[in-house]
Amino acid sequence: MATGFIILAAVTLGAALASVMLRRLVHCALCWTLSMAGVAGLYILAGAEFLGLAQLIVYVGAVAILIVFAILLTQRRELLSIERLTAGSWVTGVAVAGLVAGCLWIGLAYTRGLGGAGGASGGPALETRELGELLMGRYVVAFEVAGLVLTVALIGAVILALPFEQPREASGRRADRPAAGEGWDARRQGGQGA
Amino acid sequence: MITAHHYLAVAAMLFGIGLAGALTRRNSILVLMSIELMLNAANLNLVAFGRQAGWEQGSQAALWVMCAIAIAAAESGVGLALILAIYRHRRSAHLDESPPLKG
Amino acid sequence: MNMEGILALTGWGGLRWVGPVELFERGPVWLRDWAVGWLPEGAKVWAEGLIPAVAVLAVFGLLFGLATVAERKLLGRIQNRPGPNRVGPYGWLQFAADGVKMLTKEDVVPRSADRVLHFLAPIVMLAPVALSLAVIPYGRDLVAADPRCGLLFFFAVGSAAEVAAFMAGWSSRNKYSLLGAMRAIAQMISYELPLVLSALTVVMMAGSLSLVEIVEAQSGYWWGVIPRWHVMTPWGLAGLLLFMAAAAAASNRAPFDLPEGESEIIGGFMTEYSGFKYAIFFMGEYFGMFAVSGLAVTLFLGGWQAPLAVLEAAPSYGWFFLKLGVMIAWFIWVRGTLPRLRVDHLLNFGWKYLLPLGALNLLVAMVWRGLGGWAFPGAGAVRWLACLAMIGLPAILWGRLLMRSRGWGPRVYRYAS
Repeated sequence: MATGFIILAAVTLGAALASVMLRRLVHCALCWTLSMAGVAGLYILAGAEFLGLAQLIVYVGAVAILIVFAILLTQRRELLSIERLTAGSWVTGVAVAGLVAGCLWIGLAYTRGLGGAGGASGGPALETRELGELLMGRYVVAFEVAGLVLTVALIGAVILALPFEQPREASGRRADRPAAGEGWDARRQGGQGA
Repeated sequence: MITAHHYLAVAAMLFGIGLAGALTRRNSILVLMSIELMLNAANLNLVAFGRQAGWEQGSQAALWVMCAIAIAAAESGVGLALILAIYRHRRSAHLDESPPLKG
Repeated sequence: MNMEGILALTGWGGLRWVGPVELFERGPVWLRDWAVGWLPEGAKVWAEGLIPAVAVLAVFGLLFGLATVAERKLLGRIQNRPGPNRVGPYGWLQFAADGVKMLTKEDVVPRSADRVLHFLAPIVMLAPVALSLAVIPYGRDLVAADPRCGLLFFFAVGSAAEVAAFMAGWSSRNKYSLLGAMRAIAQMISYELPLVLSALTVVMMAGSLSLVEIVEAQSGYWWGVIPRWHVMTPWGLAGLLLFMAAAAAASNRAPFDLPEGESEIIGGFMTEYSGFKYAIFFMGEYFGMFAVSGLAVTLFLGGWQAPLAVLEAAPSYGWFFLKLGVMIAWFIWVRGTLPRLRVDHLLNFGWKYLLPLGALNLLVAMVWRGLGGWAFPGAGAVRWLACLAMIGLPAILWGRLLMRSRGWGPRVYRYAS
């Protein structure tokens, strides 16, 4: 039990660290995917199997693919995206992050009442049936709103990512473009006639 | 014996790593990935508390995590579409170049 | 004087007489328990997990070999030629020759390739697919792992194959590999939704995400003759067809195999792989086909249940593999018959046709359960026909509407005069 937790925590944190420190964007994205899988493993270890598997399906199966597609579509010339890390600025960022994490740790150390092991290896795991009953019963509005948000996000993302078409000129077509409906034959006859 | 302390400690470190990434890196997609790391750290917190309370009462925490995962996925989709649109306009995904939206 | 008495006379009274039926049926379980019994206490837990895993991999490895030969021979017969018939009896050892060839080929890695990702991609492709084989119940007690969310586990690990496809296409530093990888990923994620929706209908009707419980919900017979498999209901039949279509696309199988079509893009994301790594990709693809076929058998065809009560004497895993063979033969038949779909047709088919029909199937399943209370004579037939009309008519009409909006109509045959 403890070894599983240590391994999963090490994988999660190590992969997260790698994903913010590596220089090639694609490697960062793949390490991030591994980190998400590690978090899913931690959920399963905590007894919430449904959450862990949903995390795998959503993050590793869908969001990771979104991110790699976005990386591929925002390349410049080459396929290697090497990141420039300007020398002075990253110290500040890391210091602030360390400060925040330190405050969280200190707050954690002084919190009492967390000693109970409710859902530990002995306790019952999360019942999918119970989660379903909550979703369809007491929290059905939250469920529907989440669905609505996802639909709106889907439509919005598709619209945002559509290529923006230049407005066409109103005055006729250019000479070298064949008329609509003739296409291939017009060009072929033009070629043979010339 | 793994208590909630351990899960919360891991979540705090994950949050710190995500924050460091969001503040340090200059590529917009990496910043989005770091924000997702922070969101997952918060979800891990919720799971830790749900586990500690026992999953019969903690099932509401699980519900919260489900909604958070859904909203985070929606947000990353829209965010990436935005990055694509800005890239198309500016030919760069770098955050340091002077934004035309300023001023 | 029965067999028990005779055994007691011989002094082997501790033994129990088992008939051939029970021997075949319980044989694998007894074998596993006997093997685990030899080990010390600490290793028992490991062995109980490892022995089914090794057995599953061995059985499916052999089935992979046989399926490659069967596919080539069946395709050959469809195309009016014999298929491989030189190695072994009637060509059935061809997979051994192919295996030796793959293993002894030189492993060519492009010079500018990303070596770490190039090496890891086949492993990331094969491992999750082999994991997904673990939750399928092969026989009455023959399941390697039975988590409470077995079906969700199957889909969760199946979605890791897309990352592997991307890793393979990207690390090859080849424009065509990348293009093939992106098409393969777009296809896989597009067809994951209809796949999950069809499976969701079964989960709703069976009431559990655990595959063992889904198989057991299909036990029993109507009027003692017709088995209660889900395929015998209208929503199950439509669900099976939707599931098979989505499964063919999700495992890059013809007619959805554009990402790896040999005449279009050479190998898609597998172009720069040779030798053993290619064999691993190939095996991953076939294991994926076995996994979704096994899932289709479990969800819709009753898993290891026998079709007639008198035939329950045959071992349960025999029935499972027979049905699996039928599904694989179906895949091979469709590959040999239908032409390959173009990528935009493929995506349209998935999003605009299969997805709405999957949602409609869910509705029809609800109606089926709601109408279960009818008790007048002939109610069963009326219920069946009503639900069939509810899913069949929109399927046909929606298909016609989509085709007509693209300017297609019924096929017109023109013959030379």
